[in-house]
Amino acid sequence: MNYRMIWFLTRWIMRLEAVFMIPALLISIYHGEHDAVRGLAITMTALVVCSLFFCRKLRRREFFAREGFVTVGLVWIVVSLFGALPFTLSGAIPSYIDAFFETVSGFTTTGASILTNVEAMPFGLLYWRSFTHFLGGMGVLVFVLAIIPLSDSSGGNSLYLLRAESTGPQVGKLVPRMRDTAMILYGIYCALTLLQIVLMLLGGMPVFDAVTTAFGTAGTGGFAIKNDSMASYSTYLQVVVGVFMMLFGVNFNVYFMLFFRSWRKALGSEELRAYLGVMGASIGMIALDLIVRRGLHFFNALHQAGFQVSSIMTTTGFATTDFNTWPVFSKFILMTVMILGACAGSTGGGIKIARLVILFKSARNNTMKMLRPRRVDRVRMDGQSLDEETISGTYTYLAVYAIIAIVSMLLISLDDMDVETTVSAVLATLNNIGPGFGVVGPAGNYHAYSDFSKIVLSLDMLLGRLELFPMLMMFVPSIWHRGRDRA
Amino acid sequence: MKIVIVGGGKVGYALAEQLTREGHDIVVIDNNRKVLAQCTEQLDVIAVEGNGASLRTQREAQVGQSDLLIAATAGDEINLMCCIVAKKLGCARTIARVRNPDYTEQIRFLKNELGLSMAINPERNSAMEIYRMLRFPSFLKRDTFAKGRAQIVEVLLHPDFPYFGKPLSQIGELSRIGALICAVKRGDEVFIPDGRFALQPGDKIYATAPTLNQTGLVHLLGVEVGRIRSVMIVGGSRIAFYLAEQLLSAGIEVHIIERDPERCLALADTLPHAVIINADGSEQQVLRAEGIAESDAVVTLTNMDEENLIISMYAHHMGVPKVITKINRTEYIDVFRDRGIDSVVSPKLLTADGIVRYVRSMYNAEPEAMLALYRLADGMVEAMEFNATAHTHNLGRTLREITLKPNILIACIVREGEVIIPRGDDRLLEDDSVFVVAPAQRKIAELNDIFAPAEEHTV
Repeated sequence: MNYRMIWFLTRWIMRLEAVFMIPALLISIYHGEHDAVRGLAITMTALVVCSLFFCRKLRRREFFAREGFVTVGLVWIVVSLFGALPFTLSGAIPSYIDAFFETVSGFTTTGASILTNVEAMPFGLLYWRSFTHFLGGMGVLVFVLAIIPLSDSSGGNSLYLLRAESTGPQVGKLVPRMRDTAMILYGIYCALTLLQIVLMLLGGMPVFDAVTTAFGTAGTGGFAIKNDSMASYSTYLQVVVGVFMMLFGVNFNVYFMLFFRSWRKALGSEELRAYLGVMGASIGMIALDLIVRRGLHFFNALHQAGFQVSSIMTTTGFATTDFNTWPVFSKFILMTVMILGACAGSTGGGIKIARLVILFKSARNNTMKMLRPRRVDRVRMDGQSLDEETISGTYTYLAVYAIIAIVSMLLISLDDMDVETTVSAVLATLNNIGPGFGVVGPAGNYHAYSDFSKIVLSLDMLLGRLELFPMLMMFVPSIWHRGRDRA
Repeated sequence: MKIVIVGGGKVGYALAEQLTREGHDIVVIDNNRKVLAQCTEQLDVIAVEGNGASLRTQREAQVGQSDLLIAATAGDEINLMCCIVAKKLGCARTIARVRNPDYTEQIRFLKNELGLSMAINPERNSAMEIYRMLRFPSFLKRDTFAKGRAQIVEVLLHPDFPYFGKPLSQIGELSRIGALICAVKRGDEVFIPDGRFALQPGDKIYATAPTLNQTGLVHLLGVEVGRIRSVMIVGGSRIAFYLAEQLLSAGIEVHIIERDPERCLALADTLPHAVIINADGSEQQVLRAEGIAESDAVVTLTNMDEENLIISMYAHHMGVPKVITKINRTEYIDVFRDRGIDSVVSPKLLTADGIVRYVRSMYNAEPEAMLALYRLADGMVEAMEFNATAHTHNLGRTLREITLKPNILIACIVREGEVIIPRGDDRLLEDDSVFVVAPAQRKIAELNDIFAPAEEHTV
């Protein structure tokens, strides 16, 4: 294992994190928030100082799957550990476990909060909290790939990093160069975010609100800076946020193809159609349910259903209403799309629509095989046949996912909450959504949970964001074996 | 530049590796998913699965928008087909690997018909390389530049070399014959030496010298090997055929040992003057009976790297003055370096080098551009030939006044046909042909790249 390379990357990330805290620091200075300034300044110093340790020369830049997994898992933990410091040091969130939960929730774009009164937070920390969404959405290492010339001598080994950090069953590059690929991804990401900010400013949103909300939307995170999430904003702003959540849940490859005017290829993507189909059907059913059971106005029902489904399915977690009070049928639909999640290659979480499509097709093929045992058939997606590895990988993913979900539920059930809360808390964190039902619903938060449960849920968030395996690898002892190469 | 490589096999992989390092965007097409997975995981390239000769695959790989297509699959016909399709799609240049001797005669004709920019025959190239090595057996490798007036040679120093431990500047013999040591490989490291550098036993050196003073150089370095009059070739591959053809026409005696009787017959048909022996060349009995000890050189060209290595080691053990080994899997070369396997030929690397050279020259088509490129010490060091033009900095200054970037050496200047091994008082003038040695990671693309930034050379 090439420990020096892992440490080299981790050091880079730590310095970057310090740089990213500068805007938050400036905002705090501007607003005269002395505690927040102190917390941020100490953290930034700590990051820079720690990153100066052990700067030994890189002997090899070689990088394999093992290093890729470990780096990604480690970097995310380190970034969260340091990212939580400003909250505790400034006294805004006195308990470090709480601050860690909040930061992990930010970086993993979950949006689950332990804060009972968000509006009391200093502006600088509110900005930092929302910015973690933006950074975590596309991935911190993808950002590093975009700015440092790693691939110069290590060849395409950095693909392992992209693969470990990006979402979906098949991760590939858009263009031959890893660096260009990372830049294109971030370019699309930033352009969409900017567009959203502009549209919200046009709708009369204050600048600070617009920027933080856009960060929350772009990363499909869901940290709001108001206690009632999005409910107090105008309908226009809610529609803008709703539409952009949907857009950020789309595979970024689609935007890349649109950019190059391959309309048919982009819009013909099976995943995109399945995504829009599931979303449309869910909105329709919930709207109908709300009209019939709750007697809502047609447009109001459509608006509320649309925003909530878009928010939950893309795993963002903004809310314009307390869907905890909705009929069970509607809540159940929300729970289902919670698990399904957004498209592969987007900033959203969940199992991903691509996996669903693969599972569905593979199940159909296997069922057909029972009728004609000698039949040979391939699972195809967008006209390309998938190899067996991808399919078995998808099944493995589902199995591991289920095991983790059940174990986590068992562990947090020790806190003796009701079943709805317990189940939805795990689903909402493992799928990086944020609000669940019951106590952890949109009107509530995770404050009531014990420290132990908060750690379990933090791990769930990391597992969900990194698609299980990079985090799981951290617990495999053999991966840490030093062997003979003392690199 | 955007380059599409069809076929991710040995040559394709080596090419992709080298060309990404040079900063080009590479797309690899192959119909084997395993091969593609290996390419994308180890190299910074993008992969397209499919038959490279099909229009659909080429469209997917955006061959039409690419600057160059290199067809390096196993089949000549497929390679040519790839080039035809690419040309139709609007790809500016195409290179095909064509190895069947039946086609080599028609290559010029094919080139024009298909708009082929370059056809490359790895076996023929390898044979030519081996032939050059056998012509100058004192050197492990030798290349000429400046229209053959100067040479760069690779030499493993003899243990009796008298100047070990002495700083280079004090070895007067070197300057008397006009030679300059421009790179030294010691273990895994490569040095670009200055005057204070001292040589050690086991060093492999790269030296430039005027071609005229051949004997002086060989004598000084103590690597005299007599002219080669008879060569034993083990393995009757295509390379063996091309090589034997060359050697025979130069009046050198050739023995070929080949296991397959049919192949022997075919060789006997085409090479009437060679001695063809049908036997297993890996058997010691056979080698001894055929007089391995009396041969001036042994070339191992079987299809198995392992056999080649063992036979070469045995030949070295028997005291054969010149042993040349063909190796396909070059990753392991270093392991065998000290065991008598010094002269190594790898068809894959030779082919890749040839194409990379072409790509570089096409990339910089300006007059400042590189005229030639030689890769030394397993590609860790590059030797490049440039023309000094009016745009070159520091014209008219003496070399003492010019500050170069660290680790760069002007090894040789050719002015109006005269080879100058430069010293401090020599000047750089317009129209000089300048030969520069630099570490490969410097990526020198034009002559001005070698000078240190402006604020430094005013000192």
